[in-house]
Amino acid sequence: MSGSAQADIRTRLQEWLPKLVLAPSFAVTLFFVYGFILFTILLSFTGSKMLPLWTFVGWKNYRSLWALDNWHTAIANIGVFASLYIGFSMAIGLMLAIFLDQKIRGEGMLRPIYLYPMALSFIVTGTAWKWFLDPGIGLEHILQQWGWTSFQFGWIKDGRYAIYCIVLAAVWQTSGFVMSMFLAGLRGIDNEILKAAQIDGASTWQLYRRIVIPLLRPAFMSAFVILAHLAVKSYDLVIALTGGGPGRDTELPATFMYSYTFTRNQMGIGASSAVIMLMTVAAIMVPYIYAELKEKK
Amino acid sequence: MRHLSIAALILGLAGPAFANPSVEVMHFWTSGGEAAALGAVRDKVVSQGVTWTDEPVAGGGGDQAKTALQTRIASGNPPAAVLILGQNILDWAEAGMLGNVDALAAAQNWDAVLPQAVKDFTKVGGHWVSVPTNVHRTDMIWASKAAFDKIGAPYPKTWEDLNALAPKFRAAGIIPLAHGGQAWQEAYMFEAVAAGVGGADFYRKALVDLDDATLRGPQMVAVFKEMAALRGMVDKNAPGRDWNLASAMVIKGDAAMQIMGDWAKGEFTNAGKKPGTDYACIPVPKAKGDAFVYLVNSFSLFAQTDPDKIKGQEVFASAIMDPAVQIAFNKAKGAIPARSDVDLSSMDACAQATAASLAANDKAGTAVPTFAGTHAAKAAIVGAATDVITTFFNSDETPEAATAALADAIAAAK
Repeated sequence: MSGSAQADIRTRLQEWLPKLVLAPSFAVTLFFVYGFILFTILLSFTGSKMLPLWTFVGWKNYRSLWALDNWHTAIANIGVFASLYIGFSMAIGLMLAIFLDQKIRGEGMLRPIYLYPMALSFIVTGTAWKWFLDPGIGLEHILQQWGWTSFQFGWIKDGRYAIYCIVLAAVWQTSGFVMSMFLAGLRGIDNEILKAAQIDGASTWQLYRRIVIPLLRPAFMSAFVILAHLAVKSYDLVIALTGGGPGRDTELPATFMYSYTFTRNQMGIGASSAVIMLMTVAAIMVPYIYAELKEKK
Repeated sequence: MRHLSIAALILGLAGPAFANPSVEVMHFWTSGGEAAALGAVRDKVVSQGVTWTDEPVAGGGGDQAKTALQTRIASGNPPAAVLILGQNILDWAEAGMLGNVDALAAAQNWDAVLPQAVKDFTKVGGHWVSVPTNVHRTDMIWASKAAFDKIGAPYPKTWEDLNALAPKFRAAGIIPLAHGGQAWQEAYMFEAVAAGVGGADFYRKALVDLDDATLRGPQMVAVFKEMAALRGMVDKNAPGRDWNLASAMVIKGDAAMQIMGDWAKGEFTNAGKKPGTDYACIPVPKAKGDAFVYLVNSFSLFAQTDPDKIKGQEVFASAIMDPAVQIAFNKAKGAIPARSDVDLSSMDACAQATAASLAANDKAGTAVPTFAGTHAAKAAIVGAATDVITTFFNSDETPEAATAALADAIAAAK
């Protein structure tokens, strides 16, 4: 009698324990993530300047936001940056992973070398690349000193190309990380399938094209989700590398949001830009994740 | 520590009993000269038995400090004294967040010893809410004597002189204008040109009153035309360069001039250069009569309820206004004292000339508040204008187009 009651409590406890343990972190997430999303959405409809004010102004902030040239620059830049950054990081990451997967000697040494940039903060990456790309002290200067006097590489000082410098630094930083994700995916592929394909006379190209890459689909999804959110929130890299310049040519939504919210006393407009960023990310990610998760079932 | 407690004891016996007066000072003065300057105030405060809590938030123009302050205010725990610039002081005063030291100011007769220019940003609505440490002049040219000697030219007196110098410097292998291509630096350059080309009246109408007709007028086009001339004098590596690196170019003689506020003097002093023999500090040419663009640094006093903290604020304010502290502070900071009645004979020639010019311009009403430093207009407007200015400086936009864009941006941000 008493034994069965004890067992009952135990099973109930076992049932409840995970929920109990998760409850604090769930509550914290609920408050600090979703609570603040809600707070930001509310702020975007107020006339907040230096501090939050609860005078509602309707869609005024959104109208002002879309009338700002700066915001259009930021939107165009994030389009260029995100597509090139995600594209190149994945392509280079996949390539490195496939090469490293050829059972080569010294893989254990090579892998961390490619992975190490990820250990740096974006500020360090940005500063290092800023010096490297600076025509006065970096690559251009060195190559000219070595005798290639006609060599020119002043992208970072040119408003038309500076955004590509940011892509370059960002790709350098993360492609090693993407590589390790793909490498893990490659290692998870059953060798039997590959052998079977080889016996059937598939070429290496066909092997990768038809079997390996499709099997890496989950790795592609993780990489995309991680890279996409890194792209949208990239702030520190831009600040360290170009400071948003020359002029405002490398302004991104994140730098725009920070400067309007915190330095220009236009918190309402800053909040509305944050909401637009959230909606954009949601519009891209939610259908993608939904489709991927649904197919698995 | 022991001395401190003894001093506190004596002070406590002398006046009403305070348990432990203290002052928490939030600021963004973290570079060598700035920290040394603030040290002069701290020593004075600490010597009177007040505990000094330093709250530095690194980051040049104080943007990060501003964010930190907003957080403190939001949590209902404002620091006692905060370094804030220009219109932000007025905003905080308007929000009712600032206390005051009216009694002390009356006793020490601050009204008589501070120029009107300074009072505009420290005495708000009749209350002394902020205590000024120094005045900076932003419309300055820093010129390399070696570079000017090399081409055998005198320092420019007019904008035409200055523009005519550029090809001569280029021919001699010298960059005419050392420039740090960051948005805020271009905004300071713009205001120097606005005061120089347009004059004090124009400056006030356009950048303080934000009069739309003046903003769209021919004088603004003339200002942008001069900016276009300056745009042609910089080297191609200017974008993104820090201001002190641009100063270093002038110090080394690689470049002839830099247009920058007088905080640049610290760089010259630290490099062991002497005004007059190694470099010249000259106000930008003035086409329409004298003018002086000023930036006031001051510590704003946030309202406190704890009597210890209120006492701390008073001691702090009194220490800043001490003539000896003003001199020591400004020798380290490279600015001029906010008080107009201190003896400047121990300061360098640049500081003396700037102080004399401030006194004259203050009297004539031609001292105008800095626009880039958000004294003349609110941060939102300065931000919007800065976008236009930096876009113009980093492209080949025409002066006419930039004038229209500036007026539109300011109108939209109002």
